[in-house]
Amino acid sequence: MTALGQVTPQLMHFSDALPLKSGAVLPAYALMVETYGTLNADKSNAVLVCHALNASHHVAGRHADGVEGWWDNLVGPGKPLDTEKFFVIGVNNLGSCFGSSGPTHLNPDNGCVWGADFPVVTVEDWVEAQARLVHRLGIQQLAAVIGGSLGGMQALAWSLQYPQRLRHCVAVATAPSLSAQNIAFNEVARRAIVTDPDFHGGHYIAHGTVPKRGLRVARMLGHITYLSDDAMEARFGRSLRAEALAYSTQDIEFQIEGYLRHQSDKFSEYFDANTYLLITRALDYFDPAAAYGGSLTQAFAQASAVRFVIISFTTDWRFAPERSREIVKALVDNRIRVSYAEIEAPHGHDAFLLDDARYHAVMRATFDQMAEELTHPPAPAKPNEGAHV
Amino acid sequence: MSERKDLQIIASLVPAGSRVLDLGCGNGELLAWLQQHKGCSGYGIELADHNVHACVQRGVDVIQLNLDEGLALFDDRSFDVVLQLDTLQHLRNTENMLRETARVGRIGVISFPNFAHWPNRLRVLAGRMPVTKALPYQWYDTPNIRVGTLADFEVLARKCGLQVTDSFGLQGGDAVRFWPNLLASVAVFKFEQV
Repeated sequence: MTALGQVTPQLMHFSDALPLKSGAVLPAYALMVETYGTLNADKSNAVLVCHALNASHHVAGRHADGVEGWWDNLVGPGKPLDTEKFFVIGVNNLGSCFGSSGPTHLNPDNGCVWGADFPVVTVEDWVEAQARLVHRLGIQQLAAVIGGSLGGMQALAWSLQYPQRLRHCVAVATAPSLSAQNIAFNEVARRAIVTDPDFHGGHYIAHGTVPKRGLRVARMLGHITYLSDDAMEARFGRSLRAEALAYSTQDIEFQIEGYLRHQSDKFSEYFDANTYLLITRALDYFDPAAAYGGSLTQAFAQASAVRFVIISFTTDWRFAPERSREIVKALVDNRIRVSYAEIEAPHGHDAFLLDDARYHAVMRATFDQMAEELTHPPAPAKPNEGAHV
Repeated sequence: MSERKDLQIIASLVPAGSRVLDLGCGNGELLAWLQQHKGCSGYGIELADHNVHACVQRGVDVIQLNLDEGLALFDDRSFDVVLQLDTLQHLRNTENMLRETARVGRIGVISFPNFAHWPNRLRVLAGRMPVTKALPYQWYDTPNIRVGTLADFEVLARKCGLQVTDSFGLQGGDAVRFWPNLLASVAVFKFEQV
């Protein structure tokens, strides 16, 4: 078993127009893709990894600049999602800012930077684009689609849009839709960006500016919601930056303030403001039950052949266990195969990115079982056979 | 599971092809066997992490849930059989769980340690709480917070409006149908809701 080592992404171009849920059409587009492991002869061992708000196609391994993949603790040789058994695909979503077509790119129609004019994309649109990528790779059916948070929503959407094209859906720390409180957090973040004087209606690149102040505030707010109260207390408490209070309203007094400012400064250096708006909107819009009069049970009726693993974390208040249980209930109502693990972890929403032992044990068991299926496909059950009772 | 004669006896109470909910399914051994040999389907419910892992590992669908919170996840009569083996005695809300078991399943199968087994009686007569194979804990550290007997369960079943269609004891891997309340360390009940 060797580490993945250095990995290199590739840009894949698609010239077929992509009709979007909004009614707009993306005439042509490109997706930044990274793969790990080897596709087997019958192309049955592919796992698609969907990313959340600020992640990308770079799931595992290291890039030439030393940056480690965002789920490197889960994906790699000998890891729970073992790249010696599975062919793993990471893809940057449309509208993001890590190489796939997005608002920082040129609009082919007029040769100008898209900026605020990049069409609004939804979770369903991403799945459509991912499905075309999977088709391009010659894969008829994925062994699994997996994702956390917004990535989990994409995994769920796969089971609804293309139920015949995946065998397993692994959705972690996610929800069947955002709550009003969740949409409210997103709206505060968006207002911080949009009201930054450097935003220029979303055409800041044309103006040679970056709305960093708005991005920083948006990131600070988001970051708070990804952590649990206890985790923040344990790490920072009321500890001060200096030895004594300075009695200043604007300088940093508490360590937590310094941490948030540092994290948000870093974020504003690399993340695109329009992408932040687009991706938070995709989160807001996701609501598969809406097309079925609000019935999630009816929405999942079509996913009957998919096997699900749903995982939540007890201290995740942004995507609380109750929301995962709604998904489980809808699946159970349809007699769909599902396992559900509610992991007692202190870290809040961010737990899905960490290598908590109990969490990774469930992940390992899930993919071990899947790998077993690859070598020994389950025979259909025969009633009474061998029943000596 | 072939060595577990007690599980074989329990399994014989489950009709082939049943949709089964196993409350407190442990490592999923029984459900896996019922799926492979009797064409059953369904879910296990477990609270303990290591058991959840074991179920996922062997391909048994498991839902991590605290049974004391009830079975709100499941609709009325959504299972042919609800199993509650060696679980009842750990639950705070025993009566509610029994009613929930009857609500979601057509048939309920329950097993629990029989406190009226004769060695237990002798031990209590001697002035001490029993510590046996079926009840292996000291009184101060036992997870068995509800101890009852075959006779006690009959009373509770009547109170809950359950029709007991079979009841017997288990001792050393064998079914005990003669004086089970005295001669068996484990009580087994099969009931249907009237």
